[in-house]
Amino acid sequence: MRKWVAIVFLAFLGFFMVKIVATFPFGEENWGVAKHYVDRGIEENRGSNLVTSIVVNYRGFDTLGEVTVLFLAATALAFLLSTCRCQKKYNRIEGSLILKTAADTLFPLLILFGAYIFIHGHLTPGGGFQGGTVIASAVMLMLLSRLSFHPNHRALSVTEGLAGMAFVLIGLAGLIWGGSFLANNILPLGQWNRLFSAGVIPLIYIAVGLKVGSELSGLITDMIATTKEEK
Amino acid sequence: MILEYFMLLLLILMIGLAVFAVETRDLLAAVLAAGFISLVASIVYLYLQAPDVAMTEAAIGAGLTTLIFIIAVRKTERYEK
Repeated sequence: MRKWVAIVFLAFLGFFMVKIVATFPFGEENWGVAKHYVDRGIEENRGSNLVTSIVVNYRGFDTLGEVTVLFLAATALAFLLSTCRCQKKYNRIEGSLILKTAADTLFPLLILFGAYIFIHGHLTPGGGFQGGTVIASAVMLMLLSRLSFHPNHRALSVTEGLAGMAFVLIGLAGLIWGGSFLANNILPLGQWNRLFSAGVIPLIYIAVGLKVGSELSGLITDMIATTKEEK
Repeated sequence: MILEYFMLLLLILMIGLAVFAVETRDLLAAVLAAGFISLVASIVYLYLQAPDVAMTEAAIGAGLTTLIFIIAVRKTERYEK
């Protein structure tokens, strides 16, 4: 019975999906504001990665919301983990020699690579979110391989808070001196394809990278290391 | 042309892995299959000239999500009843 209900429901859903998709014009120009972004984005922002220009400048407010959502999710998870009394017996074990050696070699490289990704967010693919995740995966590798590795939780939350504040402050500076929230005309735009270019975009992406990196590192530390080791 | 057939192969592989992840009783294998789907998806994104999305998919989908699910499996049970 339930199966049939599900099938009928899915058929309904599929029918309306097909109806909606059929109204999309394929192979025709159907651009609204996107055309402006593609035509004039590089001229207006001088960032050679157009995706970053759109994410951080034109849709900067959405990115702020996204960062906030991530922050709320991490906070809620930390709260849940701290109140949970349902922890099963679960022993963390020290990694093998191969894992430890590989983790020790890769850890600084991964941190450097993550920092490179978000510092060059306006020039090459990637940006704050990707770089932050790479940093978090470096922390994850160390947590998996060594029992003695404990990231400083306080430093992580301070970094996270300061980076989030920097994002909002840059936005407010745009509101005061540039005319709108997150306006990109308060700093010189510089030359296309240089490290110091694209106005406030690299600053915002560095803030986002630090925030995402510290947030996810803290989250993973919470998840892996909250369970107390059995003596 | 060969590249297109290769991409087709990858897409079929993704569908196969997804079916496997749903059907298998071993939750650890299901999690690994889901991670592998993300990895293949990131290759496809790269082919479709979306390197930004490919990086996100590889780092979050194949890396962090897989790890978080593995921790969840370790803290609960490995086999579905």
